[in-house]
Amino acid sequence: MDDSLALFIEIVPTLLAAVPVTLVLTFLSAVIGNTLALPVAVGSLSPHIYLRYPSLFYIFVMRGTPLLAQTYLIYYGLGELFPGTWVQQSFLWPYLRDGFWYAIFAFSLNTAGYTGEILRGAILAVPKGEIEAARAYGFSRFLIFWRVTLPRAIQICLPTMTGETILLLKATSLASLITVWEVMGTARQIQKVTFRVYEPLIAAGILYILMVFVLTRLMMVVEQSINRHRLAPV
Amino acid sequence: MDTTLKVEDLHKKFGAVEVLKGVSLEARTGDVIAMIGSSGSGKSTLLRCINLLETPNSGRVYVNGELIRMKPLQDGTAKPEDIKQVERIRSKLAMVFQSFNLWTHRTILENVIEAPIHVLGLPRKEAIERAEILLAKVGIAEKRNFYPNHLSGGQQQRAAIARALAMEPSVLLFDEPTSALDPELIGEVLQVMRKLAEEGRTMLVVTHEIGFARDVASEIVFLHKGQIEEKGPPREVIGSPKSERLRQFLSATRH
Repeated sequence: MDDSLALFIEIVPTLLAAVPVTLVLTFLSAVIGNTLALPVAVGSLSPHIYLRYPSLFYIFVMRGTPLLAQTYLIYYGLGELFPGTWVQQSFLWPYLRDGFWYAIFAFSLNTAGYTGEILRGAILAVPKGEIEAARAYGFSRFLIFWRVTLPRAIQICLPTMTGETILLLKATSLASLITVWEVMGTARQIQKVTFRVYEPLIAAGILYILMVFVLTRLMMVVEQSINRHRLAPV
Repeated sequence: MDTTLKVEDLHKKFGAVEVLKGVSLEARTGDVIAMIGSSGSGKSTLLRCINLLETPNSGRVYVNGELIRMKPLQDGTAKPEDIKQVERIRSKLAMVFQSFNLWTHRTILENVIEAPIHVLGLPRKEAIERAEILLAKVGIAEKRNFYPNHLSGGQQQRAAIARALAMEPSVLLFDEPTSALDPELIGEVLQVMRKLAEEGRTMLVVTHEIGFARDVASEIVFLHKGQIEEKGPPREVIGSPKSERLRQFLSATRH
């Protein structure tokens, strides 16, 4: 018991040092993925089949295949294309050599599929009357989307998006399988060095819980500020 | 007097059902036209065809003398030739809805300044000044920073009227503005509408409030099965209806 505690104290700084990697993976993937979700959602609702079918297909594939498979495909598949080409000489190479950016790429594409579907549902859930009011007041289609449909849809799906971001935070542990030393990868590394199974896992688990806790608090603040209209008047 | 709104021979079908069978209407500046009729008579559809929330199959709508240009399609429907023209004309035809349709993610003040800023291009400061005057006029100035969900139905509808007035429209279109309200809240909305009528605003009101129509309207139009069955000054239409159907309708609704 004593040496467990000692090991804990010893490994926590190492794991803590990996926390920023996990957070940056989560943050960048969430920002890029949720941004890409917008064209996916809009495309999936388009009356034009050349926009709608590819968008729906994209959502279908991203939600239908394991994230690990997507990550491997992108890392090993794309990673194989570049060596020996002009890319190796270009300024991009330091990035394209690094598993980190492949992880971001994979997680972003996956998030775009999931959030795209969530946003699609939310757009459909915006009360028709509010859209009609905008039409009746001479709003253009773009203005209706930008000023009414999108902000209302985001309000509607924000709690679900919080859940998705938590899942994403934990899914970033898959990056350890393509050489990114985030919290989970670091924990596994420590396992190998110390020949101890449980302590690194438990320590990593605690760190994930803390990160999720902070994330949910943050999202609660965002939700409250965005959903003011549901709260009691000030 | 100038003709502000003119509707000629409007037809509208939903699938095989012909909801409007050639309706013509004219509103001069300052007219208050009340449209009455049982549900399914086409009165709301007529209103919604005027600002093209529904696209009429045929017929002509003129606003301030300007014809909304329509293009007939193969399947018997039609579509606007120029959506920009429709958007411009819509901004002159402010609509008040049965279910208010305020933008619930914006405060009352934001609701009122939204279209003036983004559609009319009014500077924000000017839009706010205008909005504050209007909110005071409809009696909810102190609710300016509340969200629609925090207001009663009557207050929401008055906010919606302020939103309509902020466009400085040529015609105000009211689509059963009191039908979704609790009985004790109807009065406050009708009172605001009465004030607007007295100011000489041009109004087209679809309503079930026969009393309001009788007292405030300059003309009453009775629609039945997609056609104008009877129209004229309230005294004649309500006082001595000629058509049997109107008599039936009035005796069924008045008391």
